[in-house]
Amino acid sequence: MRAIEPWVEPPLSAFLAESAARVTLLMTASGQVVAQHGFTRSLDVMAAAALGAGIVASTTELARVMGTATLGNAAHQGAAMGIFLSPFDTPRGRWIALVVYGPETSLGLVQLFFGRLVADLAGAAPPAPKSGPVLAENFEAELNASLRSLFGR
Amino acid sequence: MTLSAVLDDLTREPGVRGALVVSVADGLVVADALMEDVDGGAVAALTSSLLRRMRGVAQLLGQAAPQLVHLVGGEGSLLAAPAGEELLVVAVARPEVNVGAVRLALRRAAERVR
Repeated sequence: MRAIEPWVEPPLSAFLAESAARVTLLMTASGQVVAQHGFTRSLDVMAAAALGAGIVASTTELARVMGTATLGNAAHQGAAMGIFLSPFDTPRGRWIALVVYGPETSLGLVQLFFGRLVADLAGAAPPAPKSGPVLAENFEAELNASLRSLFGR
Repeated sequence: MTLSAVLDDLTREPGVRGALVVSVADGLVVADALMEDVDGGAVAALTSSLLRRMRGVAQLLGQAAPQLVHLVGGEGSLLAAPAGEELLVVAVARPEVNVGAVRLALRRAAERVR
């Protein structure tokens, strides 16, 4: 498990241990990866983050067209594995979780412990740092630092 | 008879705080009749997980799958009976409950749900 911000690690570790999820990806609403577990290639995690954020954006727009409140969790049950995708609010803004689980656990367990993860993240989040202007010379360095945090290289 | 009617009958047993029908594979609530302070989603997820593990243990030991699971806690009991392969009937009971009567009612409920 790897996270860009250290305070995310204890709640995510607890979630992984309790839910027995195989793969978990936490990202911002725009698809920026915050933490990941189970991915081995940066290309896969970036693609999954983009797809997850795209699905949530699509369903949010679908909800708007239908005239309802924002749609909640999405669960896709396959023959061997299931996918759970859920947007949630944190003190750092709206995030998205993408969880892949196998037959050793269940959607009910993933949902149960995901609720606890959301509460634990809300409790663990430190005050947001003051954001400064985004400078071109800093962008690549910050991107590389984030990739090192997520993949250890 | 509807699932709700089966669960209502089960919750008429003195000391039963609630009852649920749970999907074993998903760990989700199919139907429930619960008191407000019972978290049905959590009970469903954890009980289905427990039953699947108990089935695994029984299989490892070469035994038949469990017909009834009874957990005794300090503040009450949880009883669960499979209704076929896919469903599970669960009763949440107070400590002073007549366990024999609830086990009998649970088995009957599972037969009706099956």
